[in-house]
Amino acid sequence: MTTLIDAPPSDADALLPPRKKQGGGGLGQYILVRFLLIFPTILILVTMVFFLMRITGDPITAAMGGRLPPDQLQQRIHAAGYDRPLIVQYFEYLGQLATGNFGTTLSDNRKVTEMLTTYGSATLELSINALIIALLVGIPLGMIAAQRRDHLPDAVLRVLAILFYATPVFFAGMLLKLVFSVWLGWLPVAGRAGTRTELSLTALEAPTGIYWLDALRSGNMAAFSDVMSHAVLPAVALGFLTAGVFLRLVRTNVIGTLGKDYVEAGRSRGVSEFRLVTKHAYKPALIPIITVMGLQIAVMLGGAVLTEKTFEWKGLGFQLANYLTARDFVAVQGIVVLLAVIVAVTNFIVDIIAALIDPRVRY
Amino acid sequence: MTAETPLEPVANPRAPFFRRLPVVSHFNKSVGLQRFMLVVGLVLTGIFLLTALTAPLLAPYGFAQLSDADGSFPTQQAPGGKHLLGTTVGGYDVLSRVIWGTQTALLVIIVAVVLSIFAGVILGLVSGYIGGWLDRILVVVADAIYAFPSLLVAIVMAIVISGGQSSLLGGILAAAISITVVFIPQYFRVIRAETIRLKAEPFVESAKVVGASNIRIMTRHIYRNATRTLPLIFTLNASESILTLAGLGFLGFGIEPSSAAEWGFDLNKALADTTSGIWWTGLFPGIAIVWTVLGLTLVGESINDLNDPRLRGRRRTGGGSSPAPVTTEALGAEVRTS
Repeated sequence: MTTLIDAPPSDADALLPPRKKQGGGGLGQYILVRFLLIFPTILILVTMVFFLMRITGDPITAAMGGRLPPDQLQQRIHAAGYDRPLIVQYFEYLGQLATGNFGTTLSDNRKVTEMLTTYGSATLELSINALIIALLVGIPLGMIAAQRRDHLPDAVLRVLAILFYATPVFFAGMLLKLVFSVWLGWLPVAGRAGTRTELSLTALEAPTGIYWLDALRSGNMAAFSDVMSHAVLPAVALGFLTAGVFLRLVRTNVIGTLGKDYVEAGRSRGVSEFRLVTKHAYKPALIPIITVMGLQIAVMLGGAVLTEKTFEWKGLGFQLANYLTARDFVAVQGIVVLLAVIVAVTNFIVDIIAALIDPRVRY
Repeated sequence: MTAETPLEPVANPRAPFFRRLPVVSHFNKSVGLQRFMLVVGLVLTGIFLLTALTAPLLAPYGFAQLSDADGSFPTQQAPGGKHLLGTTVGGYDVLSRVIWGTQTALLVIIVAVVLSIFAGVILGLVSGYIGGWLDRILVVVADAIYAFPSLLVAIVMAIVISGGQSSLLGGILAAAISITVVFIPQYFRVIRAETIRLKAEPFVESAKVVGASNIRIMTRHIYRNATRTLPLIFTLNASESILTLAGLGFLGFGIEPSSAAEWGFDLNKALADTTSGIWWTGLFPGIAIVWTVLGLTLVGESINDLNDPRLRGRRRTGGGSSPAPVTTEALGAEVRTS
């Protein structure tokens, strides 16, 4: 008898500890695993980029071939160690990367790390501006489309979202430039700031490299408005591209949650439609949105390359295009590796945020 | 109905073959706005295809033609007269290059999509069916490529294939293969996920019991079922490949103007014109890109919505291929307005 009575609690005890362990150590373990996964991702990309770029030959021949006599070319290749076995070079390159040494560019003889930090801040600024515009435009419009589903506003917004997607960012930028800079003359044509502003901003001590932040910190309002007027068009061009994606994402997910029972329950209690969409339906729809935002960062970096080229925005993308033209593959490789790291790290952060919001994500 | 769904995805099995074709069956399912979007997409895509096929007849000049019987073409001439859409800084006729560009775009789409479906489907089937180590490695590699900006992957591939310089058909192949590498992970993911799901289905098990070989199960039983979603990815990727091609061209990885007309490359050359107010060199190739991408995306989006019962037009949500009873709709309307 006693054994029979005792049995259920011991059974429950046997079941509970593992479950509790899963719940308690879940988040920490999840973060650790995700964090460790960053490294193989980066390693794979670095390996692929390294070997793919070397299939075509060594960087010195690519950059200088035809411009130097063959014996001098050989000499330089030998001096840089590009005539050694590929596998030796690969491990040497990995070792250099681990110590933060990305090499020296061939075309303008600068340290790659220095080049990355100088231009990286410009790309960061552009991406932040564009992301702000994308969120401000995409999320409210997506909610409107979901709420007015299958009505005129929805139809217009959906077509608009597809149009945003279908327009290449450089074509959009070109049109914006044509209308607002050339024809109307309201905004500057290209660049990040006027020459005088640029000089005053780089003269600051410990500049962040993000111009509007620097201008605000120094309290230079003329510089701030100058920087802002330069920032508008590139941010709009890149931001609207992403806004279209957000719009569709918010719409689909809010429609999904609007059909849930608790929304119906809220409606029957007399909660206003506005509140239903912005509070009840929107919040659960946030998780897929955040997950996709992580992937969107990669799309945005690709778009940033094209936007920078269009607006002569002197960031990583602009430099990448220049180095590609100069066939400076050491610099190209450096930029690509940096972007790989950025993508891997943002994906990690996004996964963590998603796990914090929704425990189901981490099982 | 439930048991047969995986085997017979496309509408009514007894319908004539024509009505079971992907786009046609979708058209019959569509209502209202969705049908409108599908039709607009089909019209835009149709015009694009037609232009590509009849480019030699439509284009007034060759894509690399700089002069005719009356002498050289003027440079940067405004639209009108002999050159309906003007001429570029290099003296090319804009209209002709826009029209010839459809051929380049179509060729790249076909090569890119066919190659990536081929590679992606095989890898996905093998990886999903065999599993184990191979599967894990392929997934990590595919995820790494997938997470990376596709334009950069395409740039790296373009460097590898052509050293960045493209000529003639080599340029088209280089662009197409660059785009293929970007797309393989997408097909791979979809097919692999489907394969893993199907592997557990009873019909696979029964095939094993009967003694079918692994290859036969993969190619007969799983392949047929796993490739249902492909038309959708196909249209979406076709539009993305146009954007990637244009992006490559814009960065100067395009096909040389003398070997083929490519819109992205023309936009690259037009960038400097914009500042001096010359709009026709950039506007028309740009519109051509938007036109094509818009058409393909509208078709893809419509198919996507029609495949998903939750997103399909409400009038037919009641059941399969027959129109839903009116009550469902009335009920829905009542709930919505209350």
